[in-house]
Amino acid sequence: MRAAATVERFDNHWNYAEEVEVLTFDLNGETFALEAVIVQEILDLLPETAVPGSQPFVASVINFRGKVIPLADLRLAFGMEAAEATIDSRFIVIEIDLQGEPTLVGLRTDKVNEVTTLTKNASEAPPSVGMRWRADYINCLVKRGGEFIILPNLQAIFSSRHDAAGAVN
Amino acid sequence: MSALDPVAVFRMEAAECLEAIEAGLLDLTHQLDNKDLVDAVFRGLHTLKGSGAMFGFEALAAFTHHCETAFDRVRKGEVAATSELVAAVLAAQDHMRALVEQPDADHGDTGHKLLAQLQAAVGGKTATPATAAAAVTAPVQNTSGKNSWRIRFSLPASSMANGTNPLGLLDELRDLGECTVRANTSAIPPLDALTPTELYVSWDVTLTSEQDRSAIDDVFIFVLDDMELSVDEIDGTVAIAAAPAEAGPARLAAASVSPAPVPAAAVPEFRPVEAVPVKREAPVAASQAKAAENVRVPAERLDELMDRVGELVIAQSRLSQLAGASTDIALRSVSEEIERLSGELRDTMMVLRMVPVATLFSRFRRLVHDLARETGKVIELVTEGETTEVDKTVIERLADPLVHLVRNSIDHGLETPDDRLAAGKTEAGTVTLSARQAGGEVIISIKDDGRGINRERVRAKAESSGLILPGQPLSDQELLQLIFAPGFSTAAAITNLSGRGVGMDVVKKTVEALRGAIDIVSVPGQGSEVSLRIPLTLAIIDGLLVRVGSGRYVIPLSAVEECLELSLEEDLRSRGRSFISLRDSLVPFLRLRDLFRTGTKPDVHQKVVVISTGTERVGLVVDQIIGDHQTVIKSMSKLHNDVATFSGATILGDGSVALILDVGHLVAAGQQQEAQLRVAG
Repeated sequence: MRAAATVERFDNHWNYAEEVEVLTFDLNGETFALEAVIVQEILDLLPETAVPGSQPFVASVINFRGKVIPLADLRLAFGMEAAEATIDSRFIVIEIDLQGEPTLVGLRTDKVNEVTTLTKNASEAPPSVGMRWRADYINCLVKRGGEFIILPNLQAIFSSRHDAAGAVN
Repeated sequence: MSALDPVAVFRMEAAECLEAIEAGLLDLTHQLDNKDLVDAVFRGLHTLKGSGAMFGFEALAAFTHHCETAFDRVRKGEVAATSELVAAVLAAQDHMRALVEQPDADHGDTGHKLLAQLQAAVGGKTATPATAAAAVTAPVQNTSGKNSWRIRFSLPASSMANGTNPLGLLDELRDLGECTVRANTSAIPPLDALTPTELYVSWDVTLTSEQDRSAIDDVFIFVLDDMELSVDEIDGTVAIAAAPAEAGPARLAAASVSPAPVPAAAVPEFRPVEAVPVKREAPVAASQAKAAENVRVPAERLDELMDRVGELVIAQSRLSQLAGASTDIALRSVSEEIERLSGELRDTMMVLRMVPVATLFSRFRRLVHDLARETGKVIELVTEGETTEVDKTVIERLADPLVHLVRNSIDHGLETPDDRLAAGKTEAGTVTLSARQAGGEVIISIKDDGRGINRERVRAKAESSGLILPGQPLSDQELLQLIFAPGFSTAAAITNLSGRGVGMDVVKKTVEALRGAIDIVSVPGQGSEVSLRIPLTLAIIDGLLVRVGSGRYVIPLSAVEECLELSLEEDLRSRGRSFISLRDSLVPFLRLRDLFRTGTKPDVHQKVVVISTGTERVGLVVDQIIGDHQTVIKSMSKLHNDVATFSGATILGDGSVALILDVGHLVAAGQQQEAQLRVAG
């Protein structure tokens, strides 16, 4: 059951195409990739405003071109340690569909790398064991050189609740 | 921005068209013999049918056709406009609306029923002279009833591109009677200068018909504004002689449709009338001017523009900071100029979202019309201050509450005609809808001259339902406000209209959600007035900017009662009880630092902002009060839907974001948290 669902998600992600153009970025030493089409802009760090009572995963908002948009930290979704910003840190602004509405969201990254093309041949569904991250948060892994690039499943990440200590309900 | 979906555009237009038809019909109920109104409704129906068919709304086109036919007969004076007919078309109009909204849905036999009604309203009744307006406008009739006309017309070169087909017009002319058509091709340019999509041909038509002049105008009714048309009355001989000469030798595509008309019926004593070319230049100018007055813009584009202006204002404030620190005179003067311009731009932007309340009030004419029929009461609706402008969103959200209030006024406020006469009043009750601006608020009131609210019944009902204690002293205003309590109704028997009280709590909630308030004035025997005080715009509020820890927050100024200092000793003393005494009354307070978990130390001179949530007064302890702030409200994304403490966010002069406190939710959240603390001990 679970394997079938994963495979379907995996195929969907590639949209039955052989290649996908992505923007890669680093987070906690891992390389992630977002489909280039959803990326709106890469920003230098901006002043953040904490939203008391929100989920830690989206604990603040920023002013993006006159719009107030949430700033999300994928680290918390993947159970990584929170980290201080560095000189390479950037925000990536993406547009995703949340409950049927296109929504702008900022993502924290440690470093933005490059726009590149990944091929389906090199991709694999996330393994069901041997991984500390929630499998449903990952669309697929793509092998490149000696390492894996993680394609996160943003829909799954943003549509689930990230209850953690500190969240006021 | 993406191009608009044509079907969506049609829907918008159809909605406007239907509104116009409805307005025309409602006017017509009072002036059944007004020919202009009949024409207006007919035109509306015709347009709706035409564009409906063009956009594939076949069911709509077919159904509308019948209504159009009915009105056509009224126009031609074949039947009289009766209130039955108007009522039938009004009802049919609702069906059309449904067909526009859901063209594919199964509408059952609603359509058939409506058409049967329509048939009954039109069928068999011929026009009486009094209402047959057509007879009045008919031109000089000759004795035999037949007229000859020479019609010359030319359409603009671009008209075929607009979908006008001259052949259709010619066919319609032929339907009127015997007719000779000659094409005037003299304007056709040499082949190399010819644009195939343009129309170069004009026509001379000789027509002998039993119809009067207006029938000819009707043929051209939808192109009249853009074309040149001359219609002369002639006798047969002149027609034959003149027409070929005019047409010139190049009788290329002369369409000789029927044998040359030597109308035997043409009457000798009928003298040619001076040719009066009907050049419609003035009306064209007028209609173009009118079309230019309004531009339809999707609200989201306005929001986008608003965002850009917001950015500009922020960039401008950064610029003026830099200029202020500089000694460059030129830079300073440019900065001041830009400051002025961006300020003006912002003000203009705010006004763009404002629409006159007339759009809201116009809906009530229909409601009152229907309610009058339903209740058998005679009702006059008076509207005042329709040009008062309010934010579009406010108007949309007020529509339902106002429907409720108007229904209540009519159902409970107004007496039956007999009762009114017995009470020494006029037979017709008056409901007045008015709007006016007062400062930053707009006041919309619904006033009736009915029986007024019966205080004894309100009190009895409130006591029996446990809202107040028996005999509890209440001010008049407090007593009247009880009708907004949930589930409250004084209606002895709830009719199929909503009862006063049923849904009044919803009215109050909606108004409060708009940061507004409701006042009631009611004089027994003389009527009631319910006034809604609503802020002019939702996009901007006056706020008090405060600092808590390192964060800045905006408290809506409308909720703020006063600000005072929380002295150190008061602070220490209040550790265990969290309330202060303010002029001998106890005011509980919330420490926002604790609530927001800032993890910072309190300032030495903390302030208390006393806010009122309507029923309660609560103090909010903040670190610093920064000052007044004109706040452009930005909504928060869905990812923060679960955070009820904030109603939105705003962008400050330095480009950072400040959150706007939702005072009602904040107090609720504070009470909850304190309850938890007490349990935790």
